[in-house]
Amino acid sequence: MIELLDVYKTYERNNGNIEALRGVSLKVEEGDIFGVIGYSGAGKSTLIRMVNGLERPTRGEVLVDGRALSGITGKELRKLRQSIGMIFQHFNLLETKTVFENVAMPLVLTGKKRHEIRERTEELLEYVGLSSKARSYPKELSGGQKQRVGIARALANNPRILLCDEATSALDPQTTLSILELLRRINCEYNITIMLITHEMGVIQKICNKVAVMEKGQIIEQGDVIDVFGNPEHPTTRSFVESVIQTTVPPSILQSVEDVHRGRMFKLKFVGKLASEPVIHDMIRRFPVEVNTLFATMTEIQQTMLGYMIIQMDGRPEDIEQAARLVAERGVLIEEVRVP
Amino acid sequence: MKTVVTLEQYVNAVKETFVMMAVSLGIGGVIGIAIGIALVVCRPGGLMENRIVYQILNPIINIFRSLPFIILLVALIPFTRWVVGTSIGTSGAIVPLTVFVAPYIGRLVENSLLEINPGILEAAEAMGASKWQVIWHFMLPEALGSLILSFTTATIGLLGATAMAGTVGGGGIGDLAISYGYQRFDTVAMIVTVVMLIIIVEALQRLGNYLARKARRE
Repeated sequence: MIELLDVYKTYERNNGNIEALRGVSLKVEEGDIFGVIGYSGAGKSTLIRMVNGLERPTRGEVLVDGRALSGITGKELRKLRQSIGMIFQHFNLLETKTVFENVAMPLVLTGKKRHEIRERTEELLEYVGLSSKARSYPKELSGGQKQRVGIARALANNPRILLCDEATSALDPQTTLSILELLRRINCEYNITIMLITHEMGVIQKICNKVAVMEKGQIIEQGDVIDVFGNPEHPTTRSFVESVIQTTVPPSILQSVEDVHRGRMFKLKFVGKLASEPVIHDMIRRFPVEVNTLFATMTEIQQTMLGYMIIQMDGRPEDIEQAARLVAERGVLIEEVRVP
Repeated sequence: MKTVVTLEQYVNAVKETFVMMAVSLGIGGVIGIAIGIALVVCRPGGLMENRIVYQILNPIINIFRSLPFIILLVALIPFTRWVVGTSIGTSGAIVPLTVFVAPYIGRLVENSLLEINPGILEAAEAMGASKWQVIWHFMLPEALGSLILSFTTATIGLLGATAMAGTVGGGGIGDLAISYGYQRFDTVAMIVTVVMLIIIVEALQRLGNYLARKARRE
């Protein structure tokens, strides 16, 4: 659906060039909710603007629906943009127009008939739950309501792709959840492919099925969300994952635990069905080891359970060894935690 | 105190002032809006970036803006005569007033349009709006409140300029103040015209503020 092939973007500035993108390649399939995460300045904004041609690559190619964007200009480009909705961090609504007029704007631009505009706009406002606010001005709305107007506006021309530029970054956690829920609904019910950029891993965790992690203009890791969450490889990715699922125990706590108890510490990772199996229980019944649970967490990503546990085992060294092997045999990822 | 100025003269003066202001504001306003839009869209990084237009227009506006109206009035006499056939009277004053106010409005419009949140223009582009649609559906409505205030400022500036139109026999309130209040020591005429000018400026400013507030949906 969307494909970036080795895209470079360099901005020429008086005080030297800025390389916003350095060889980015990615592929968004139809029906995906594809998240791009990175700290500010990583190049995400430039990246998402490549998809509707608001930014043009210095080198490389962008394909939308198999069509190369580099050859498209003028009227054709405008037509393409009408089939790609976009929402923004700061909503970018017209302050001097009512909610109704804002949502109707893309229809006015494409020259739809008056009654068509009315019908479609009312339908959209209904869909985002703002029918009662049709005559209000953006100034009178809350942040979440403004973003709903933005979403309704982006959907007006029945796009096949929706681009979300930090769409929830200006919202409080509760409102963020409701907006994400709306985006998920749009993805399911209208089969609209969504590409979003964010700096919040929670957003990725909640609605994305694919993720790309960006740093300094490059994608450092990408894949299915469950894989990236379950097995983050790059330190930056790890710190993003850590921001939503705690998988490590602070060194000072580890130290104090080790001072009190003897034995070895292990970190266990349960993915999917394993998370609901009594693996630890079986282990204790089979081997005479003492288990002290230091930490446990469980989270759901893409309807898959992901659990982490840090335990301390005490007993005869060979029993601990065998217990650990049993856990590994059951499919649980186990690794020893060492106190630094 | 003795005064020779009749009520009819005052009424006529007000009429002349309003005619001069209305005509030059009408024509100058249209030209000014065009200039302002051109400056904004042609500037580097603008909607229709055009170095040549921008670099020609910009200094020309500065030239006109740097001349005091009284000098512009005299310097333009041949041009005025060519346009309206005479360089005196109310119509003789309207040409230089228009030339005076158009670049002024152009600059004010430019400033108003530059204040627009760039995000809104980006949203317009992302929606697939054409350049004219961006100007018509996004830039002008979003800047309307600010544009009204700009026009208020321009109108008040224009009122000041009409006072000098007396030099070419343009008439108006300012002319009355100079030829009677000043040259014939008619203190009553002086006071009356000053009060009239104050009232007009105050009324214009209030009207402008009110309309701008409405346009901004406050």
